[in-house]
Parts: sequence; C-alpha cells; structure tokens
Amino acid sequence: MTATIVVAGAAHGPVIVLDEPLSFWGGFSAESGVVTDEHHPQAGTSLAGAIVVMIGGRGSSSASSVLAEAVRLGTAPAAILMRRSDEILATGALVARELYDRTVAIALLDESSYREAMSADRATLTADGDLTFD
Amino acid sequence: MTLLLSENDQAMLAGEAGAATALAMRIVTGLAETMGANALLSIEGAHIDSCLFHGQSGIDFARRLTDGDAQVAVPTTLNVSSLDLLHPDLFKGPADEAAQSRELMSLYESMGCRPTWTCAPYQLEDRPSFGQHVAWAESNAIVFANSVLGARTHRYGDFIDISAAITGRAPAAGLHLDENRHGEVLFRLVGVSDALLDHDVLAPVLGYLVGSAAGDRIPVIDGLPPDVPEHRLKALGSAAASSGAVGLFHAVGITPEAPTLDAAFAERPPTTTIDVRPADLRAARDQLTTATVEDQRLGAVSLGTPHYSIAEFERVVELLAGRSINDGVKFFINTGRDLWHEVGLRGWGATLEAAGVQIVTDTCTYITPVMGDINGYALTDSAKWAHYAPGNLGIDAAFGSVDDCVESAVAGKLVRRNSLWDDR
Repeated sequence: MTATIVVAGAAHGPVIVLDEPLSFWGGFSAESGVVTDEHHPQAGTSLAGAIVVMIGGRGSSSASSVLAEAVRLGTAPAAILMRRSDEILATGALVARELYDRTVAIALLDESSYREAMSADRATLTADGDLTFD
Repeated sequence: MTLLLSENDQAMLAGEAGAATALAMRIVTGLAETMGANALLSIEGAHIDSCLFHGQSGIDFARRLTDGDAQVAVPTTLNVSSLDLLHPDLFKGPADEAAQSRELMSLYESMGCRPTWTCAPYQLEDRPSFGQHVAWAESNAIVFANSVLGARTHRYGDFIDISAAITGRAPAAGLHLDENRHGEVLFRLVGVSDALLDHDVLAPVLGYLVGSAAGDRIPVIDGLPPDVPEHRLKALGSAAASSGAVGLFHAVGITPEAPTLDAAFAERPPTTTIDVRPADLRAARDQLTTATVEDQRLGAVSLGTPHYSIAEFERVVELLAGRSINDGVKFFINTGRDLWHEVGLRGWGATLEAAGVQIVTDTCTYITPVMGDINGYALTDSAKWAHYAPGNLGIDAAFGSVDDCVESAVAGKLVRRNSLWDDR
C-alpha cells in the first residue's frame, strides 16, 4: 500500500499504536524516548525506533523542538503514521533533517491502511511512501 | 497542488539574502508543501516559542540562523523561556541548563525579537488586529489570536515561527484561509446554572471538555453569556489547546467571526452536536485533579497559566482582602514582565508580595524548576497547568476556582465550593 509522504524517510521497525493523540512536549521524553503523559493510555511505552501509528497530533507548539531533540539523541520514532497531518510534528522533522541529516519519517494513511496498521506487528516504509506490514 | 513562489521568495530560497534566510525559507516552503499550499502570504508579526530551551537542537538551529546574521523582518515577540530573569534565584535546576537556556534567549534577542518573555502576547499593547496575518507559536496564544482577536495564524510550532519571522512569509493555507475557519462541532450548554455561567471557573473546565471532544476540529460554543471577559476566553482557549489540537474556536455572540450560529458555521450544518450538561462539566473538572485530596496535604498554589492579566490580579487582591498566605503553602503567580510592571504601578505588587505571594515572570512554574520542594500537592485555577504539571514536574495537581485557590492558600488546606457545579 502507499502512504502519503509528509516528510520523507525510510523506516522499518515494530509498530506501536497510540490509542490517543500524543503531545510530544509534556507527553514524551526526548532523553529516554518514553511516553511520559500520565493521562495517556500508552504511558511508559518507549517509542524509540518504532513505527508509531496515531490518529493525529495534539496541543503544544514545543512538540517540534522535542521531536528534533529526540532525533538528535537517537530516541525518536523511526516513523510517525497518522490519519491527519500535523504541521508541528512536520516542522520538527524538517528541521532535524537540516541539522543532523537524519529525521523521523512522517506519512499519512487512508482509513483502510490505518486500520491495517493498527493490527500490524512490524512495518517498512520507503522514502517514496511504499508501506508494507508483517 | 504545486507551490508557486514569488520572485522574492525564490531569491530568498536561492540564498540571495544569505544562508540563514535560505534555511528559514526552506523550512517555510517545506511546511507549505506538507500543508498543500499553492502560495506563501506576507505576515505582519510573529510570536516565537523556539526561545524555550528543550535541548541542544534548539541552540543548534538558532546558531545556524545567527551565524548567517539572520534578522526578523516583522515585529516579533518572544514567548516564555526557562529562566525568570527578574527573579534569577528562583531557578533550582542545574547550572549548565540555566546557561544553555540563557544562551538560547540571547540568540533570539540578537535576531531582533523583543524580549517580552510572555506566553500571552495578546496582553501587550500592540496586538494583532482583526484579519491580520501573523505567525504565532504557543498554543494558547494561537487560539487567542484566531478566536478572540480574529487575526489569522495557523498552529505554528517551534522553528517555523522564527523562519516565518525572518522571511516575513507563511504558507497560504490552514487557518489563514477563510474556507478553513468555519465551525465544525457544535457544543450547546444545557442546564448550566447562571452562577456557574457567571464564574471564572467555568471557562477552563469547558475548554478542557471542548478540546478533548473536538480534537483538531473547530468547535463552536453556544450558550455563554455575551459579556464574557477576555481572561475567560484566554482560559477556555488554553484549556482546549491542551486537551486537543484546537487553534480556533467560535463562541456565538462573543467572538468576532461568530455573531450568529449560522455565521460561525458559514451556513453549513455542524458535523457533530454535543450537549454539555453539568454532569459532563463535573467529569471534566474531576479529570484535572490527580491528587487524592482527602489523604494529601496542600503544598502549593500556582496561578497564571497562561500569564495572569490585570483583571485576574485585581481579583486575587480582592479575594485576599488583606489576609496572608498560610506559612505551609507556597503561592505562585506567573505573569509577563510588562504586566508585572503595570501591577506595580497600580500598587498591588507590594500588597501581593507582603501577603506571601511569589511572583514568577518570564517563565512559568510548570516548565522549569522554580517551585522548589513542594510538601504535598499543588492547587491551580488553570486547566493547562493541571494537565501538564504532573507529567512535567512529577507532582500531583488539584484544580479549583481562583476563589478556591485563595481561600485554600489562606486556610492552609483545601477549601472548594462545589455547589456551583450542581444542576440548575
């Protein structure tokens, strides 16, 4: 299947489905790569190197900084797959690529791919947007 | 859709205005492409959140800009940082982090940004006017600019804020455009008592509920009294932007793009209609308390998230009525340095400090270690603070009205007036 690329990057890794949107600022630690929002269903889960699937972004403007910092520290997800675009996360990914020549891939899924992603164990995303689950 | 750039945009992208401007333009055009914009538009102001320190990457980006001698092209204000420069001794964090925070602040000042250090730039004198395009970051400021002022900014985050300020350009997309500003979800207040409708405490709780349910859709709220003061709209918006990705709300008969229900929805039907009853509000209110208030002691009170306004300071002075804060409770109010100056001119500053209030400027108690050790949980009148503080600071929070906060701080234990929340 094909995902709509927002910020291109090749990624493969375990799929982690977030049951609610996550604010990377105030909800995720760039030092550890772990979800820290106590209100969030996936609190305590590490997102480092994962293909994160969530419906959309949420809240804070500082999420761009936290995502870029996570890329710098190597704790960022490998990719974030969403139903709805989030400009704040996209900006963080764009800036990380400018500064460090690597980034977190961001792509959008249609409804059927999103549903499939929710039950996948692992995923591979190419820079062109080809997406496979296994 | 293809992004068409003006000659001047192309020149900036090609590096004719220097490497820093070219970098800023790559970020602006990169985001414009992800948003599906077909052009950029000119902005008349910017508000920068990137000056708040989150790690070395923030300094790396700012240095890349200052190394290329970047200067902002439009009037630009700065959001809170991690340090209170007027009360530097309050900072309890590591010295190297303070130094990095200070360096980041200086880098942004050197680009020509005004050192306003406030999350509520709309409480400064020269704020955007109706219909003006700006590039604002800081979620509470964004939602206020769009909803209350009728200015136009998309939900910008760190890096794009300063990139837009340097280039003077932003994607012609998102909340800049008429077609993306109409309401989508209708919230109708049903059976809420006049006493609650007329109280400051409704706004943050209603905002928290609205943000959770609306997500990133534009909410329209019907049923608020027409004379809602600005500080309540601030509390409503900041709460909605914490529990959801709300960048614009309409309040029928109150906010400038919603003189009527039909106008708020641009004559379209709502996609969803949600009735908000007292029981729903009580549930939202209770989500904001993580402390077990029966078993824990009250250790601190924090007000002013977003930064307190003159009207809010006046209310606290009134509620204190000459009394002092209990010795066992730390009491903080966050505000901007310009507002604090104004509070001083009115003679309230000395009164508050004599009563035991610790003022925090330039930053906020939930983003940086300024509160010190808290023996117990912290009470707040801010839904945003209650939402973020437990995760950021590792403490328990409780939510109450400003009246509850002052009474509790004076008594040294929790005093909450719950009858306000009863069914009408």
